[in-house]
Amino acid sequence: MQNKSLDFWVGLFVLMGAVALLFLALRVGNMSSMSLSDSYVVSAKFDNIGGLKPRAAIKSAGVVVGRIGDITFDDNTFQAIVTMQMDKRYKFPKDSSAKILTSGLLGEQYLGIDPGGDVNMLVSGDKIKMTQSAIVLENLISQFLFSKAAEGKDQNK
Amino acid sequence: MINRFISRIGRPVRVWLSELGLAFRTLFAVLVSGSGLWKRPRLITTQIHFIGNYSLVIILVSGLFVGFVLAYQGYYTLNRYGSESALGLLVALSLARELGPVITALLFAGRAGTSLTAEIGLMKAGEQLAAMEMMAVNPLQRVLAPRFIAGIIAMPILATLFTAMGVLGGYLVGVQLIGVDEGSFWSQMQGGVDLWDDIGNGIIKSIVFGIAATFIAIYQGYQAQPTPEGVSRATTRTVVLSSLMVLWLDFVLTALMFK
Repeated sequence: MQNKSLDFWVGLFVLMGAVALLFLALRVGNMSSMSLSDSYVVSAKFDNIGGLKPRAAIKSAGVVVGRIGDITFDDNTFQAIVTMQMDKRYKFPKDSSAKILTSGLLGEQYLGIDPGGDVNMLVSGDKIKMTQSAIVLENLISQFLFSKAAEGKDQNK
Repeated sequence: MINRFISRIGRPVRVWLSELGLAFRTLFAVLVSGSGLWKRPRLITTQIHFIGNYSLVIILVSGLFVGFVLAYQGYYTLNRYGSESALGLLVALSLARELGPVITALLFAGRAGTSLTAEIGLMKAGEQLAAMEMMAVNPLQRVLAPRFIAGIIAMPILATLFTAMGVLGGYLVGVQLIGVDEGSFWSQMQGGVDLWDDIGNGIIKSIVFGIAATFIAIYQGYQAQPTPEGVSRATTRTVVLSSLMVLWLDFVLTALMFK
């Protein structure tokens, strides 16, 4: 086998492998997400984040506008601090509120942003003041049972 | 009486242990001699051509057909639970995590492994290795190490190509033939396949399988009896040992990676 043509075929082989890897990374995997575009950092405090995970989506009106960064615990206020990377293209008013919602009935949890009415917009480093925690199934059930028991007691009176 | 019985058990164990020790010493010697190969990359690229390029047809076509079958079987079962939109996710995860590395390794052991064993075994039978030693050329460095390094380089490339062709095959059957929604096929896949945890782990697996399969192939060739029957037995041992080793390593790696 000629030296030049052998180099060519080996090079082509390695190139094919690189193209396949690129295809897998971009089209099959989740690399083509937020990490590539510019973002500003906003944080919020929650009583209970439920099943929210880093890299979960932040949606407003159903469109992904950011990704969750870090989730840490504040042991002064005993609340969870969620750091959010918001896409620079979308600005939100300073009095927007953040809710933890579930996609579908039992799906992954994501953060929903409801815009407020302030003229000033959130900038990097700001905090979202109004937050609503995740709905925990056990609390819901115990609330339901408690209200049922109270109802029964009223009826028996 | 009992003494004889116990020593009859002990002997094969001792023989097996010393053979295992010889194998690892050879591996170490190949690695050490391979470190001097950066002066002669032509040796390695020639071997990548023989090991990698000549395996392309079987890997690509097998990948395509495995993708076809995964799409059919996946749709058949998912349809019963109304989740056929998750077909893309199913095909991609099965391929990236398991089928890509393992099936590529098994095909590699069969195609490249046997040819390596036969080549080195026939070199030994034709006394070429002994002749090299006479000329003060280290046969480990000149013959074994380039094939070993080439195998380690070629395996992950082949496994990635297999996975990519499989996803393509799954797309062709799932979306074009059966009619699953194209948007949900790709979006559920992209949402559920993690670059490092799934694709990255698959590539790590294929590198480990490449090391195991290639070394077993060249070692069996190196240790073959220098007769036609000896070479034939060596190639059989290569395929059997490599396949078992790959499947066992797959179990261990999966348990470690996917807790």
